Order: sequence, then structure tokens, then C-alpha cells
Amino acid sequence: MRVGAVAALLSLPLVAQVTSERIRNSEREVGNWLTYSGNYQGYRYSPLDQINTLNVARLKPVWMYQINDLNQFEATPLVVDGVVYISEPPSNATALDARTGRPLWAYRRTVPPDVHVCCGQVNRGLAISGDTLFLGTVDAHLVALDARTGHLRWDIVVADYKTGYSITVAPLVVKERVIVGVSGGEYGIRGFLDAYDAETGKRNWRFWTVPGPGEPGHETWAGESWKTGSAPTWVTGSYDPELNLLYWGTGNPGPDYNGEPREGDNLYANSLLAINPDTGELKWHFQFTPHDVHDWDANHVPVLVDATVRGKVRKVVAVANRNSFYYLLDRVTGEFLLGKSYAQQTWAQGLDDRGRPILLPGKSPSLEGVMVYPGLHGGTNWFSPSYSPQTGLFYVAAREEPTSFYLGLPEYHAGSFFSAGGFRGIPGLEPSGAVRALELETGTKIWEFPLHSPPWTGLLSTAGGLLFGGTNEGHFFALDAKSGGPLWRFPAGGPLQANPISFLCAGRQLVATTAGHALLVFGE
Amino acid sequence: MRNPTILVLLSFPCAAQNQPALDVGEKLFQAHCAVCHGPKGDGGKGTNLAQARLPRAPDDEALARIVTFGIPGSEMPLTRMTPQQLASVIAYVRSLGRMPVETLTGNAQRGAALYSDKGNCAQCHTIHGRGGTLGPELTGVGARRSPAYLRESLTDPDATIPDSFSSYKKITLIPDNFLQVRVVTTDGRRFTGARLNEDTFSIQIRDAAGHIQSFFKEELRELHKDWGKSPMPSYRNVFSTTELEDVVAYLVSLRGEQ
Repeated sequence: MRVGAVAALLSLPLVAQVTSERIRNSEREVGNWLTYSGNYQGYRYSPLDQINTLNVARLKPVWMYQINDLNQFEATPLVVDGVVYISEPPSNATALDARTGRPLWAYRRTVPPDVHVCCGQVNRGLAISGDTLFLGTVDAHLVALDARTGHLRWDIVVADYKTGYSITVAPLVVKERVIVGVSGGEYGIRGFLDAYDAETGKRNWRFWTVPGPGEPGHETWAGESWKTGSAPTWVTGSYDPELNLLYWGTGNPGPDYNGEPREGDNLYANSLLAINPDTGELKWHFQFTPHDVHDWDANHVPVLVDATVRGKVRKVVAVANRNSFYYLLDRVTGEFLLGKSYAQQTWAQGLDDRGRPILLPGKSPSLEGVMVYPGLHGGTNWFSPSYSPQTGLFYVAAREEPTSFYLGLPEYHAGSFFSAGGFRGIPGLEPSGAVRALELETGTKIWEFPLHSPPWTGLLSTAGGLLFGGTNEGHFFALDAKSGGPLWRFPAGGPLQANPISFLCAGRQLVATTAGHALLVFGE
Repeated sequence: MRNPTILVLLSFPCAAQNQPALDVGEKLFQAHCAVCHGPKGDGGKGTNLAQARLPRAPDDEALARIVTFGIPGSEMPLTRMTPQQLASVIAYVRSLGRMPVETLTGNAQRGAALYSDKGNCAQCHTIHGRGGTLGPELTGVGARRSPAYLRESLTDPDATIPDSFSSYKKITLIPDNFLQVRVVTTDGRRFTGARLNEDTFSIQIRDAAGHIQSFFKEELRELHKDWGKSPMPSYRNVFSTTELEDVVAYLVSLRGEQ
């Protein structure tokens, strides 16, 4: 690491300095995409309206960029002043000219052959601070790259990959810190959320998502089970600059399907955490699925909105959870305001007045298998929801797919798969999906657009009155954000497993998504 | 989990590592394998495992590899098990191959003639490159399906239609379950056939004449999917009992070799 040399180079005006203040005011930078969700509030909404309901039918491909890796291409690109920055699986980064799609530089990392990633060696995107890009790696490092050249600035070990940790999440820059979470929920890791100094890579704080002895919440784990309690943090959170609170979801407890060794609620698995980004201190938590045995991670992008709930304006956080319930919480206090299922569910009678699920009997995994809606992959998953301030609607790509859950033995070996069970599809039942628009304040479904198969793609709403989404069969499409009516589609020839964005290039609005192993960029 | 019986069963193989427990293996088989390979392991949508020699799994090591990693490109999924569970399942699968083999009473040569003439089976099925494409290819069907399965396919085709969704798929593959689809276009034309593929916006079917028909869904007034119904007619009243056994014997003789 050559801090001195880096500091001298920073003054070169080749890449604009992206400050946390710029991200905070992202609505003033409609042409850029500066952070994973487009803004700190997790909207995935573009204020651009050049492409709109009247002309979207004329949308056509402008350029494509192909990657050379067979893992899923799940990246959300960043766009800063005419340059598109993408991560590529497994742990690479590339800068592309936004006008032509031509690569400007490439960072290629050699990944050890023995990394442990449950579901593909993927990466969901980069973060930027100043002119430094941040990339988490499947061998659980955090890497800082010079955004002008792709050269390495620093490379630090976040966790020991040999014990099952990996990083697939796009980091989040808050002020001068890089917030990064870990994957490894199927390997019995002990989860955490970290903050690193963007300049030096020095760790500022670590919040363990499974409390150790003496810490509040430790009593929710039987015996030594907390040591392999998982609760990973693999989807980018949101941030409220006014409250100075970070909102970050946590994943399943370990082992996934056999809850016997970990009697108790298993805090803070399957929860939303509100954390002070300066200190790592927990302000409040809300657990969606206590003592989860279905692998229903709460790894989602939380959406922060000020909304009128039951006649009162409140600062709320909205989450469409993998357990098929939509939740509205007060984001100052964590108070449960409402919960309503947005996709089929057969595991809970409902939620009580504090948001705790009222369980139906006989829904835990068994040796013979137990069918439950939603299945393992949930009513939705990691891919992003979208909130449009223009329509006031919360959009979610929903999955209608039950699975049978099976019980296995909870045998832990460091670095080995530790799910203690499994799952199967249901014979004779063809799964499906839908894009659903919910009234943010009530969770009431306003419209839905049916999808042939369960989606793996997030959504983007725009000021042009559009909602962009994708299918697992390979279509990128635009719907009328108000009515759900289909307005445009493009057969991309490979499953969409990412989140779309929109930006300006030389004054022209473009929309980008990955499909199969390519990044596709569209314009009118 | 609140079932002590299961815990007892699960811990049993740990105590008897040298002798994989067949009863545990059978339970695991029923939970994970039977849905495709049949409750007796003699085939269904998945291959017939009640055979002394499994072509893809000549030894236990190969079988363990298949269970653990699945068969890429097929619907055989991976299943993560502990070493003891795996050993129990393998022992159980091998025990299926030692079951007495059903003695066939039919005459394969007569069956071949019935297949071509009275049954007109080649209209929809292909053997060694000759025949229709509406139904499954049968060149190696005798290696994959048990006589009981084949008999039932002939007399009650609806009971044996393959189910394309019983194994979990993250990526949607091309459906291969010969789902019968009936459509009516906005201008009133009607088509019936087996679904070749479908997405959110379109569907492709193969009609009885073997022609591929492709529709955007906005061009359709009606789209019916006949779940549970096979496009194949029943041969219960077409073949006599003896003839049926002849056709079964012929199909069992089809091992994929030229």
C-alpha cells in the first residue's frame, strides 16, 4: 500500500470525486448511479423521464458487454460521469466507456480454488468513495481500486475464507467509511457487519450479528450454537443521513433446516438491524422470522420513506421479506406498524400485534419432507424492490414456488456445508411469479403482472412512469408503473439475475441490465 | 423439529458406521429419490434403479458422486448428505438391484410388429431415428423404465406423464413434460399439441402432425394447459392382454444399442 503516492494522484481531475454528500444528494445527479440502490434510501428509482410511457416502445439495444465467466452475472453497475463500473464474477472489476461499452481498464483477481460459496461465485457490485472503488471478494477480502486505472490501492482480509466466509455483497459507502457484509449462511459462520476506513482500509468497527457471551441476545442461542449461528449480511443495506442510521438485513441461522441444536429465537438472524454507522452500535432490531428453519434470509434492500400511516406522518422502513410478508416499521424506533402477505404463504396464521409470526403446526422440515409456501427461495429474494415517489407504490418481484423441506443431521466441520437438511420441488406443480405493486402505506396489492417462472431479477422505477424488470426466461421488459400494463420487451436470450439501473450518457437516457453473461444497455 | 423418532433414526447410522442401515437408506430414498425414480426405484420420470448394473454408476463411488453432485444437464439434482446417510442410500439402491427381476411373458418380436402396425406408435415416437416427435424418444426406454412402468404407460398414459418440475431448478430449462396445450388465436384458429417451450410472453407447441406452432400470448384468445392429461391415447382397449405383454417385452428390449 502506497498511501503517499495515492494521495498525490488523487488531485488529478480524471475521475470526479464521489463523496458521501454527493450520494446523499443523488436526486441532483440524475445522470449518474452512485450507489447500489441509486440512493441511500433504497429506492432504485431514476428521476430521468426521457424514456417514458409514450416512447418506451422504441427502446433498442445500444451496446452489450460480454463477460468470460460462467457464474451468474448479478452486478448492479455504478455510473460516474460517463464511466460504467461493474464487478464481474467471481471477484473482478471493469470500467466501461458509457458511450460505446468499450473497456477502459480491468482488474482481474486470482481466486483460490477452495473458496466456499453456497450458490455461485457471484458479486453484486461495487461502491465508490472519492476516486476509489471497493470490491468484496469470494475469498472474503475487501479490495480498494483506483477508479482511474483499476490498480490496487489496498487489499485487506475481512475473514478467513477457509471457514466458509465469502463476500458477494456490494459495499455501501457512508461518509468516510466502507460498510461491508459477509456471506456464508450455509457454512456455520458467525456473521457480522464491518466498517472500514475508505482511505486506509483500517477497520473502524465490527457488529457481530450473533451475540457472544455476555452480550444482549446471546440467551436466544442454546449452548454453543451461537458459534455457528450464521446470520450473514450479504445484501446491501440503506442509510438515513438525517437519523444517521444504517439499515441492514441479516440471513438465516445455522444450520439452516434443523433448529434442534439452536433452541431459541436466534437473534439477530432473519432481522433488520438499525446501526449507527460511526460506532457500529445497534440502535434497534426487528426479527422477521424467529428461529427460522426454512432458510428465509432477511437479506433485502430496506426502503426508507416518510409516509402517512394511520393518519400520522412517520419515518418508515418497508421490507418485502423472503418469508412472503411485507412489513412496515417505524425506522426511528423499530416499532412494527403493519405486516401483510404479498405472496402465497402456508406457514403462519398471521402476525401478532408486535409483528411476530403466529406459526401453523407441522411446517418444520422432517425426514419425509414438508411442503411449505414460500419455498426455500422465498416470496422474494436478494434482488431489489423499487419504490417510486411518483406513484407512491412499492414494487416487488414475487415468487410463487413451494418446496418440500427435509431434515438432516447438524454436523459441523469448518468450511463444510452446514445446512442439516435440504429441499425439493413439488411434483406436478409448475412454479410461477409476478411483479406486484403494493400501496406502500398498507401493503395492499394495486396491480400485478404475471411471470411464467419465478423471477431472479430486481426492479427499477423511473420518472418516465415506467417499471423495468426481467424474467428468468430471458426477457427485459417495461411496464406502466401506474397500471402494470406491458409496454416494451426485449428477448435477451439468457436469464436476468440482477437489478436494472438508468443513467445519462452525453445527455441521452440509457437503461442497463445484465442478462445471461452480458451487460445490455438500451436507449431510445 | 419436535420429533424424537427422527432423531433416533438420524443418529442410528452413526452407531453402525460399518454397516449402513437399509431402513434409514429406504427412508432417505423415499424422501429424496422416489419422487422421480418411483417408490420401488424401478423408474418413473427418473431412470430404473432396480437393476443389477447401473450404467452411470458401475461402483459405489460413482453412485456417491451422482447423489452428491447430481448429473449436470439432466434433472438429477445434487443432494447433500452426511457420509453415513450417503452410505445408507447407496446400500439401499444397491439392494434394489438384487430384487428378483420380473419375468416377461410377452414376445418382443411380435411386440415390434404390434408397435409398428396395430399400435401405430411410430406416428408419435422415434426409435433409432425413425418415427414421430410428438412423444418421448424410445430408443433406450428399456434401460430406463421398468416393465410395470411401461405397462402402465400403455394402459393409463395420464398416470405416467413425466413431470418437469419435481426437481428444483434455479434456471428454467426447456420443459420436457409433453404438457398438452390447447390454444385459440384471436382470429379463431384452434391448435392442440405438446408444449415445447414457454415464457412470460410466448409459447411454442408441436402439433399432432409434428409441426411447430409458435404464438405470442397477446395473439391468443384462449390458452389451456391440460395438466395431468397425456396427449397419448390409452391402449387398454386396443391391445389384448397378450398383445400388451408383447409390446412391453419389445419396449424392454430397447436398450439404446443400435
